[in-house]
Amino acid sequence: MLSRVAESLYWTSRYLERTKNTARMIAVNASLTLDLPSEEDHWAPLVEAMGCRASFDAAHGAPTADNVVGFLTYDTENPDSLAASVHRARSNAQSVREFITLEMWEQVNRLYLDLGRARDAGDTSADFYTNVVRSCQLIDGITDSTMSHDEGWHFVRMGRMIERADKTSRMLDARYLFRLPEDARRVRPYEGLLWAALLRSTSGLQMFRQRHRQITPERLVSFLVLDMAFPRSIRHCVAVAEEAVRAVSGTPNSTFRNRAEQLLGRLRADLDYTHEDEIIEKGVHEFIDALQLKLNEASAAILETFCPAPGAAPPRGGT
Amino acid sequence: MHFEKYDPDGFYDEMFEAPARPRRGARKLAERLESLPLEEIHARQRAAEQAFYGSGVTFTVYGDRSGTERIFPFDIIPRIVEAQEWRQIENGLRQRVRALNLFIDDVYHDQKILRDNVVPRELIRSARSFRTACIGANPPEGVWCHVTGTDLVRDGDGRYFVLEDNLRCPSGVSYVLENRRVLKQTFPVVFNTSRVRPVSDYSSHLWSTLQSLAPGRENPNVVVLTPGRFNSAYFEHAFLAREMGAELVEGSDLAVDGGVVVMRTTQGPERVDVVYRRIDDDFLDPLAFREDSMLGVPGIFEAFRNGRVALANAPGCGVADDKVIYAYVPKIIRYYLGEDAIIPNVPTLVCHDDTERRHVLDNLDTLVVKSANEAGGYGMLVGPHSTREEREEFGRAIEANPRNYVAQPTLALSRVPVIAGDGFEGRHVDLRPYVLYGKEIFVLPGGLTRVALRKGSLVVNSSQGGGSKDTWVLSDEPSDPSVQDQ
Repeated sequence: MLSRVAESLYWTSRYLERTKNTARMIAVNASLTLDLPSEEDHWAPLVEAMGCRASFDAAHGAPTADNVVGFLTYDTENPDSLAASVHRARSNAQSVREFITLEMWEQVNRLYLDLGRARDAGDTSADFYTNVVRSCQLIDGITDSTMSHDEGWHFVRMGRMIERADKTSRMLDARYLFRLPEDARRVRPYEGLLWAALLRSTSGLQMFRQRHRQITPERLVSFLVLDMAFPRSIRHCVAVAEEAVRAVSGTPNSTFRNRAEQLLGRLRADLDYTHEDEIIEKGVHEFIDALQLKLNEASAAILETFCPAPGAAPPRGGT
Repeated sequence: MHFEKYDPDGFYDEMFEAPARPRRGARKLAERLESLPLEEIHARQRAAEQAFYGSGVTFTVYGDRSGTERIFPFDIIPRIVEAQEWRQIENGLRQRVRALNLFIDDVYHDQKILRDNVVPRELIRSARSFRTACIGANPPEGVWCHVTGTDLVRDGDGRYFVLEDNLRCPSGVSYVLENRRVLKQTFPVVFNTSRVRPVSDYSSHLWSTLQSLAPGRENPNVVVLTPGRFNSAYFEHAFLAREMGAELVEGSDLAVDGGVVVMRTTQGPERVDVVYRRIDDDFLDPLAFREDSMLGVPGIFEAFRNGRVALANAPGCGVADDKVIYAYVPKIIRYYLGEDAIIPNVPTLVCHDDTERRHVLDNLDTLVVKSANEAGGYGMLVGPHSTREEREEFGRAIEANPRNYVAQPTLALSRVPVIAGDGFEGRHVDLRPYVLYGKEIFVLPGGLTRVALRKGSLVVNSSQGGGSKDTWVLSDEPSDPSVQDQ
């Protein structure tokens, strides 16, 4: 397929996944603040998790419910806002409209039009975010059930999985960062609420309970980073992304012919053989920092391998 | 009774032969409309508009940061063309397209028509759309213009005329197909009983036409080349590519490698045989035409000349689309085919002729003046609707460059009812049918009816407040199998 089309599918799906995660994070945080002591700042971690602390500070100063929600939802100056993600998802989808199914396009377009109406009405209700999440899930479902499971779909999966791994890691990082610094194992009275909120942000609370019952930091890390079955865990995402890359290139497992396979394969193997205690020992924040760097490199390698810029040298082969 | 007060106003009305007397082919439609309360008709109009939004048949208003989407205005009352009228149109278009292709091929080879002084040599030499680079080029089967969208109009007596030949990258056919899709949902009952000929197979005809341009290549690879998604016709480029199952490519997706055209894919370069290009000659190839073009493919023209890739339409075919050359088309038809034009031209005055120019300058307030190379309703003066300043400006422009201007009488274009206010009002329309030419000629039974939605306006272009309507070409053959496909 055309390299440009592959690239647009990749980004369409990344931005849709970003939209879904952003909406869920805002909604969970809004509901969480109702249960937490009001003297503490519960919105800064969200800005942090979205990776847009600097641009927020430049525009607003002290975070409040209103300015954070506005900044993350409708602010088009903020490239990471919900509105910006939806806009980019739709732009990319529009550029490959002839390639995706009509049902996919219509649903992406509807998400965009609905968001425009909600923005005009200034809607930041819980229902609004629920509808955005549901709309994105609907697009995921429509994509998987109407698009042929061939090359284009594999690029959709790569985008979805790389973005999801990144977002799960950011959520985990944000909630860890704001734990009491002097003792990572000491638990504040409402720590359980924060953890439950973190799991809810990944739609993982129910699955977590089925697997681990009670929440502890170790189990949390184990579940969100290393669980192979949970579809939003980092290890699961990396494994599926790698599989999608191999489905496109036809390279057998445990070997590599391009940099995308090399980086994803190495990261996946690393996660396969990591214990949650090691992560906590070395520091969750440090682990996540390094992981995000590797995800960025893998993403760049995917695009360099399959979608080289016109005039660029052909990608270096592996063995 | 919605049409009780509807008044054709002395114009030729496509739906009514006299007040409250629908034409034969429009009777079922008129009956149906009369049976519906006005609110229901309005509701169907809104549902149709919603269907266009829903499928993304929209264009973005440039410069609007909030990304406002608009649809090409659409009126649900179809324009009906009866079977015998259509036969004349179809024959006329076949004749015209055949002659124009012979003309283009001649102009780039022996130039017999110039030597015989049927068309002045000077006109060709000075035509901006004449490409010296194309001299001696041999597109497959000698066909240069594979997709044509001819603009037809009717005068007060209902006679058809050719208003313009659009031979370069005529657009609008996607609206024909989308309008039909939506209108079938709007008036399913009338549709079933009116014996409307189908248009939905246009894409498969386009596909075979394009494939036929790569003789000798097994399973030729056909692509649609678009300037990109910010082009106003992008929706159509994507639409046609999707309908044909062809790749929609941009200039940067293609490259010339070892003399052939390839596209960049995730699995490496892949050869391309036929390019349905929706980019003007100027921007097609920076090595052959405009050097500063970022949209085109360097070297693609050379590949075309060497017969390694087919381009539809072929570069250089715009020479027959010059509005001054247009005035000579009846002579061109007679020269190559020995026949009179079946559909006449609108009488046209060419300003490079001293006598005709004087007449034009003396009558600017009644004529329509057009510049030779503009499209979309730009570079045009509609005399009766113009101001003194506009007329003086055009007068000066004509004096400065007479070759670049033609003038035509202001036609009393035919009208069709549109939904307006609390009822229906007549609005002026034109008709753009589409003609495909590969190994043989195919005329799509239908076309884009453009309607000037502003009351009294004669300009139907979408850039000037025009909208569109579905066009129903009726079949009079009781067992026409194509109609059953609906």
